[in-house]
Amino acid sequence: MAEKQKKPAKSAAGLTHEGREYSAETLMEMHDSMLFIRRFEEKAGQLYGLKKIGGFCHLCNGQEAVCVGVQHAAEAGDYFMTGYRDHGHILARGAAPTAVMAELLGRAGGMVHGKGGSMHMFDAKLNFAGGNGIVGEQVPVGLGFGFASKYRGDGRVSVCFMGDGAINQGAVYESFNMASLWKLPIVFVIENNQYAMGTSLDRASAETHLFKRGISFKVPGMQLDGMDVLEVERRMSEALVHARSGEGPIIVEAITYRYRGHSMSDPATYRSRAEVDEWRSGRDPIARLQAQIVDAGLATEDEFKQKDRDIKKEVNAIAKAAEAQPEPDAAEMWADVYSDPIEGAYPYPGKVG
Amino acid sequence: MSKITYRDALNQAMCEEMQRDENVFLMGEEVAEYNGAYKISQGMLEKFGPKRVIDTPITELGFAGLGVGAAMAGLRPIIEFMTWNFAILALDQIVNAAAKMKYMSAGQYSVPMVFRGAGGSAARVGSQHSQSLENWLANVPGLKVVMPSNPADAKGLLKSSIRDNDPVIFIENEINYGDVGEVPDEDYLIPLGKADIKRAGSDVTIVAHSRMTGFALTAADELAKQGIDAEVIDPRTIKPLDEATILTSVAKTNRAVIAEEGWRFAGIGAEISARIMEKAFDDLDAPVARVTGKDVPMAYAANLELMTLPSVADIVEAARVVCNRA
Repeated sequence: MAEKQKKPAKSAAGLTHEGREYSAETLMEMHDSMLFIRRFEEKAGQLYGLKKIGGFCHLCNGQEAVCVGVQHAAEAGDYFMTGYRDHGHILARGAAPTAVMAELLGRAGGMVHGKGGSMHMFDAKLNFAGGNGIVGEQVPVGLGFGFASKYRGDGRVSVCFMGDGAINQGAVYESFNMASLWKLPIVFVIENNQYAMGTSLDRASAETHLFKRGISFKVPGMQLDGMDVLEVERRMSEALVHARSGEGPIIVEAITYRYRGHSMSDPATYRSRAEVDEWRSGRDPIARLQAQIVDAGLATEDEFKQKDRDIKKEVNAIAKAAEAQPEPDAAEMWADVYSDPIEGAYPYPGKVG
Repeated sequence: MSKITYRDALNQAMCEEMQRDENVFLMGEEVAEYNGAYKISQGMLEKFGPKRVIDTPITELGFAGLGVGAAMAGLRPIIEFMTWNFAILALDQIVNAAAKMKYMSAGQYSVPMVFRGAGGSAARVGSQHSQSLENWLANVPGLKVVMPSNPADAKGLLKSSIRDNDPVIFIENEINYGDVGEVPDEDYLIPLGKADIKRAGSDVTIVAHSRMTGFALTAADELAKQGIDAEVIDPRTIKPLDEATILTSVAKTNRAVIAEEGWRFAGIGAEISARIMEKAFDDLDAPVARVTGKDVPMAYAANLELMTLPSVADIVEAARVVCNRA
């Protein structure tokens, strides 16, 4: 586990934590981003309950520190790709929340025009390359982005997220091997929320210290407290320096916890209420950062309460605006199948028959 | 025109495109230092260096996905599968990633890349190394499937495939690699999605791709001796299919035979036959006949292998049947 943390010290502009300085502005940005994701996901859960969001919907409540900490450590040019629990990541990266909500609702103004839904969020302008529904799919794809960066020498790092479920896919090890063999600039971030759907880590993994999974491929690994956004930001920054320096890939295992079921249809009977409560009330990343900020005298609890009210209001307005959008135009169905469609080819583009 | 092999034609196509565009690279098993398992990439490492001609571990799913990511990031990968049999391991990346990224991202990401390698039956290597899988791949929206039958087509189609901005499945034929044919000396491209009439005729249309095109041409010579004038059409691109050329031919001949090496069930012949039925029903004077591989895994023994594959005689017989000459 992560080393024992010292209490943050107050500094002139913000606070110093484990030797790293954070301005009050940065701290509030991190906080607001995490709280926004939390309230956004809650809203998505509500809309799912009302059957306005369909299909699969995987919420990341509890895992916000990973989304936000990694984002704060990374550069705008770095490539991100992840699995199906992707709302938090793309929101942290800066995607328009109304477009994310509209995508969940299957609307015209969705991130991908209603073609992807919850699991397939993309924002090329933010170098956010999906949003993948097949467990581990994004890992070889991330390998390719890393390969492209090395090929071009563009100094970018690929930040490739996966869960403790994906880590058992063969494609992950194929990717670790090539990434290490060719010293590609990739940080493999394992979000270990301890359950792959309903299967706990120890029921699925012979080696439960997932940061060690790269040893056979000479990929170094580190484990960190994924419920502490400052630790995620600090250690992730180290990992990014490593990857960017040409030393090859590195694994970052973030120990985290999802408060909700695997998806909206999962009642999560495979774990106890007490366990969930322990993480939720004892290790919550948002409450933790709020306490650090209050301790440092940079904000008051009342200010946070007000902020929460503001964010809830904002999220409600976003949901309303997204819901007001029309469904995608029917022509959207035929769009974007090919970059170079061949004239007159049957049955694309157009109708069958 | 120069006479070169199908193998050298493929090599020339890749070399010319790599010289033209530095974003093109070749990656696969044994493509660099070994000069290619089938010598398609002979000399390319020396020409382009290890940055652009890259040997991989035996890890098809991984390097197929690498190609997808690199293409999304703006490079133009050529991913070689030593044979398409091994690409079955990579199907998740081909079907779920390469084919769908454009659509799933609503056009934000393109996947300009070529997956290429030897397909079809080889000789005496048993069931896991001898099969035709083009119908699997042609079924997937987002992919294009190209299968050249001679050296000139191989070169022109591969160059077009490398320049295409979509994922192209380029299936070569191992047994055709040594075939020699006339290839233009000047720079040329053959557009994707365009069939080629390999032999004009008026009595029956034979549609055949890859190695079967050669079989169909031999069958046409035999049929000519029997007074049947066959037209042989090579679709060249399986997906999208140039149905206009096929339908125009059927409108003239009123009879059609489709030959393919692959298994009969839901094969390419089934698709072409259905389209002729849908769009040229009134042109037909006889039901469409299909000549296919037998629906069994490929055996090793020479006689069984031969029986499993379609033959020239099978095509001749099918043509005679649809011409009421059997």
